[in-house]
Amino acid sequence: MSGNKYKSTSFLKEVEANVEQGDWVKMCMQCGVCAGSCPLGNHWEHTPQKIFMMIRAGKRDEVLTSDAMWMCTSCYNCIVRCPRELPITHIMHGLATYSKRLGLAPANNPTQKFAELFWKNLTKKGRVNELKLGIALYFMNGIGEGIKTSLKMKDIGLGMLKTKRMSVAEMFGGHGVKDKSGFDAMLKKAFEIEEAKLKKFDS
Amino acid sequence: MTEVIATNETILVVGGGISGMTAALEAAETGKQVILVEKRAYVGGRVSQLYKYFPKLCHPTCGLEINQRRAKQNPNLRIITMAEVSDVNGEAGDYSVKVKISPRYVNDNCTACGDCGRAVESEFDDEYNYGLSKHKGAFLPHKNAYPYQYAIDPAMIGTDDATKAKEACKVDAIDLDMAEENIELKAGAIIWATGWRPYDAAKIQPYGYDRYDNVITSVEFERLMDQAGPTGGKLIRPSDGKEAKNVAFIQCAGSRDRNHLTHCSRICCMASLKQSTYVDEQFGDDADVSIYYIDIRAIDRFEDFYKKVQANDNVKFIKSKVASITLDKASQNPILNGVDTEGYHRYANQHDLVVLAVGMEPSVAEFPITLTTNSNGFIEADDSNGAIFGAGCSTDALDVNRAVQSATASALRAVQVVNKVAKAEG
Ligand SMILES: Cc1cc2nc3c(=O)[nH]c(=O)nc-3n(C[C@H](O)[C@H](O)[C@H](O)COP(=O)(O)OP(=O)(O)OC[C@H]3O[C@@H](n4cnc5c(N)ncnc54)[C@H](O)[C@@H]3O)c2cc1C
Repeated sequence: MSGNKYKSTSFLKEVEANVEQGDWVKMCMQCGVCAGSCPLGNHWEHTPQKIFMMIRAGKRDEVLTSDAMWMCTSCYNCIVRCPRELPITHIMHGLATYSKRLGLAPANNPTQKFAELFWKNLTKKGRVNELKLGIALYFMNGIGEGIKTSLKMKDIGLGMLKTKRMSVAEMFGGHGVKDKSGFDAMLKKAFEIEEAKLKKFDS
Repeated sequence: MTEVIATNETILVVGGGISGMTAALEAAETGKQVILVEKRAYVGGRVSQLYKYFPKLCHPTCGLEINQRRAKQNPNLRIITMAEVSDVNGEAGDYSVKVKISPRYVNDNCTACGDCGRAVESEFDDEYNYGLSKHKGAFLPHKNAYPYQYAIDPAMIGTDDATKAKEACKVDAIDLDMAEENIELKAGAIIWATGWRPYDAAKIQPYGYDRYDNVITSVEFERLMDQAGPTGGKLIRPSDGKEAKNVAFIQCAGSRDRNHLTHCSRICCMASLKQSTYVDEQFGDDADVSIYYIDIRAIDRFEDFYKKVQANDNVKFIKSKVASITLDKASQNPILNGVDTEGYHRYANQHDLVVLAVGMEPSVAEFPITLTTNSNGFIEADDSNGAIFGAGCSTDALDVNRAVQSATASALRAVQVVNKVAKAEG
């Protein structure tokens, strides 16, 4: 790129093309209300305000490998307050999805791990197996912690069994959609469409 | 009964703020017949509620006084206060206008001696001070009010106090039987100068204007500096009367925000820069001012004013739109929460007092005749408006200088219309 340090960003174009709601990024006026409104603001590596600026500054790797957008809890405080009505929550999720797709998402981030568990669980049968998902989540960080969490949640689990909100039978196979191969074909097609839409950018 | 002589060579001015006054006087001084209709009990509009003017930091009373003298001397100008236009019909050169006049309960005999005010006990919210103080049921709207006459708060009518006020008057100026009047008049051209109103700060929920005593608006801050105002001219804060030395200004409170007013209200940056000098004036080196801003818009030739304030070490500029305000219960200090754009530092800053630089919106939301406005409700200069011309802040968020320019332009347009009428009528 040319010597103009404010104009180096093909990454902005990449985000606009490939990230859900990414074309809103350029509308940010850097007022900081989103950053100040985020209840998890202290725990992010970069706030949304900063991420938008980094995108414009072409900081591709820093943004896409960051765990920042994985910290978003979808509380929508930022969207409600943004004076320019940027769909900030959606952009954060869009960035997370995109980084995951490129294989750049931070492997050990718990939200990212859970999202992966959820997706795998869902696509296996076409229905979420809550029992397996719950247990997988408890044991996400090792056996010891898994047992501890399971014991802690024991009463809730038993209560759910008793009121038939959950069934032990789910552990063996579990329920699914009627037309599993149709479901698979649909996902495959959707994936192909998404892939075809992706524009290629040099990293 | 209010007798008014008006023809279709008359120019009607609606709103008697600095813009309406200027337009009315400019037209009247060219020899045209002008009627000015003002909703309040006095003319001068919101300028009369300012402590000082930027950029020169002189007192607005000065400019208003000049206009009041011009008005007094000009037989072509008729001012009707406590009056609103309720209906307009017709076209350029031939309008019929209905005007509703509310009772003042005080007639022209009034010498403003103050006997009625002293005779009564009851008090009511004082609009002139944005409700920060109360006025007596019989009151002079403010110390330089024009017309210089008392008025009776309609809420006092029917009470013993009303009778007491009447009995106290030696010049027979109080008429408790005065009733609302509706008159009709003709006009060839109409100048619409109904001005602006501050955006309702309570709508900016995260700032807690309706929850925290020590979060006030910029228009209220002006009133604190007035020696005859609610605090006797002292910069003290509402919760406990403590001196407000550490003052924060929040810019774009309701402006440039798609949740509130989408437009930039343009004058608020200058207003806060000006108000930082008020804190300096009262506390000198003990003053500690913070201005939270997105970007400072000291419109065109005011940049030097901005530079001067920047040079004051007691004024800090923090590039950040404040995200929310919370309260430190023990000290009653508002805590400003946000992230500083220059470095992305998180802050939670306490201040004695927080001033919201609220935006300006058009004071009239619905006109008695269809007018072409822009998306923010300000009147456009558009042929479809016939001979109805916006002036001052009814056309945009303007400072006094620009409001007066706009008023003079509208006067010229109106004069051209009635000249045409005069020619046609021979
Ligand atoms: C905090 C603050 C500080 C400011 N400080 C400065 C400063 O230092 N210097 C500067 O140049 N500018 C300043 N301004 C801007 C200034 O206040 C405006 O430029 C000015 O008031 C515009 O005058 P106007 O006559 O157009 O409107 P207004 O002052 O609003 O006057 C309108 C008049 O019309 C009347 N009216 C309204 N509706 C009707 C109706 N339906 N019928 C009849 N009458 C009606 C009102 O009662 C009022 O008298 C400041 C503004 C703010 C918010």
